[in-house]
Amino acid sequence: MRFMLIMIPKGYESATPDTLPDADAIATMMKYNEDLQKAGILLALEGLHPPAAGTRVSFGNGKPVVTDGPFAEAKESVGGYWIIQVKSKEEAIEWVKRCPAGANDTIEIRQIFEPADFSEDVQQAVEEFTERFEKSTETTPS
Amino acid sequence: MTDIRRTIDAVWRIESAKLIAVLTRMVRDVGLAEEFAQDALVAALEHWPQTGLPDEPAAWLMTVGKRRALDHLRRQKLIDRKHEELGRELEYEQQSMIDHDFDTALEQEIDERQTANIDDDLLRLVFIACHPVLTSEAQVALTLKLLGGLSTDEISRAFLVSEPTIAQRIVRAKRILKEAQAPFELPHKEELRARLASVLAVLYLIFNEGYAATKGEDWMRPALCDEALRLGRILAELMPQEPEVHGLVALMEIQASRFHARTNAAGVPILLMDQDRSRWDKLLIQRGLAALKRVDTLGQGYGPYALQAAIASCHARAYRAELTDWTRISVLYDALAALSPSPIVELNRAVAVSMAFGPAQGLALVDELLHEPTLAKYHLLPSVRGDFLFKLGRFSEAQREFERAATLTQNTRERDLLLTRAHSCMDQHPVTLYS
Repeated sequence: MRFMLIMIPKGYESATPDTLPDADAIATMMKYNEDLQKAGILLALEGLHPPAAGTRVSFGNGKPVVTDGPFAEAKESVGGYWIIQVKSKEEAIEWVKRCPAGANDTIEIRQIFEPADFSEDVQQAVEEFTERFEKSTETTPS
Repeated sequence: MTDIRRTIDAVWRIESAKLIAVLTRMVRDVGLAEEFAQDALVAALEHWPQTGLPDEPAAWLMTVGKRRALDHLRRQKLIDRKHEELGRELEYEQQSMIDHDFDTALEQEIDERQTANIDDDLLRLVFIACHPVLTSEAQVALTLKLLGGLSTDEISRAFLVSEPTIAQRIVRAKRILKEAQAPFELPHKEELRARLASVLAVLYLIFNEGYAATKGEDWMRPALCDEALRLGRILAELMPQEPEVHGLVALMEIQASRFHARTNAAGVPILLMDQDRSRWDKLLIQRGLAALKRVDTLGQGYGPYALQAAIASCHARAYRAELTDWTRISVLYDALAALSPSPIVELNRAVAVSMAFGPAQGLALVDELLHEPTLAKYHLLPSVRGDFLFKLGRFSEAQREFERAATLTQNTRERDLLLTRAHSCMDQHPVTLYS
């Protein structure tokens, strides 16, 4: 099973665009990342710039509306994520409990969809679509 | 709310290998160490449902396990007073553990974990589980049990054998290790590479067993791929200087990336060149390429696993089958054939050469294999040869090869396909006669 562990640092929604975590926090977090790596379960990880440096595209009336950050109405914001491969949700929880997170930080654990999660009907439909798609591209002169 | 039992399983999966490794260093007997680790697990199963999970479950398990080990050493000392050295070690440890209450011991354990180098013990455990005195079946079972933390039930389901058979295999393996007095230490420099090769072979065997699983089988079988990959990644961190470890990891990551594309929804296998490449797992491909890069960085060249990974990476890099760099693949096969020659490698090399330089060159290589006894009954030899002959317009010879291949394969679907190809050769006949 694959899980995305989504880090929601306290106050990140209102952090200034050039905010960087302090060196000590980075060092302890790197030690944790190393533990995940040594356990053979870490597939990927990334950190995200603050939302103040981000942009939102919202589809209120079905039409895209572009808004630059910071987003006044946001109560929390994602700071980064890990993708891990473990045997159970409980194992993901045990790993997250070991994270040296700061006070009032939150980590959300979300399972990633894999092909086997879909019913055979859906898998079949995807296959047929890809076949049709490939046939249509084959006839296109390249 | 999550079930405490499932939580304990999760903690066990994370901690059991380290626990067994540390306890083995204390008692110098992997079988006993596993027993004491199991005792710790049983204690957890008794206590935690009542008390809730302790703050430091890892240290808690280690403390209980070490107490069992120390009790054993103390008994041993009473039985055999000649074990002077053991006794001295024991007195020291007794001072630190037995005389204190559990909470103090636990605190001490937590402190120790900050400084202790458990990695070395873990690596020793890898080498002892794959010790050459054991059969490869025993190495596989022991590796999954001690390092993977799998139960005998899970191992037996994965390998389609009965649970008592696996249990017996593990008991026997532990006895053999004890009788052989296999030391709990890293192999010396001169034998390290050879011993490492057998460790890698065990991991690849586990991976392939999982990869061979077909649709509808117990989920434990495909899970073997994940398990082999996890152990490979752990080993890559324990031995970062060994290029072949990264080579094997790269190979497994890239092969695993094709897992969902290699059969259709009905479970029928799809050949590599016909797979829908959009279904390949890009994250695993990326990881495979990164592992291969680590091999490059070490600058010691490619071993057999790295070469196979490099071949796999040529396919992984081609987002359409026709973009495959066959020239590079054939060069890599040349290197692989030189490093670890085998008729199967030669046959694959012939295919790569024909794709890169044309069927005539491929045919020349395949013809050299015609009298190879190990391939006498192997259907892919006439199948590949038939394909080359067909491409060269030698249809009646091609037909005979396809028909011969059809009689050799056990797979009915493949037989049908080969007979269809044989039949298509007949249609081609008139064309060659008149052209």
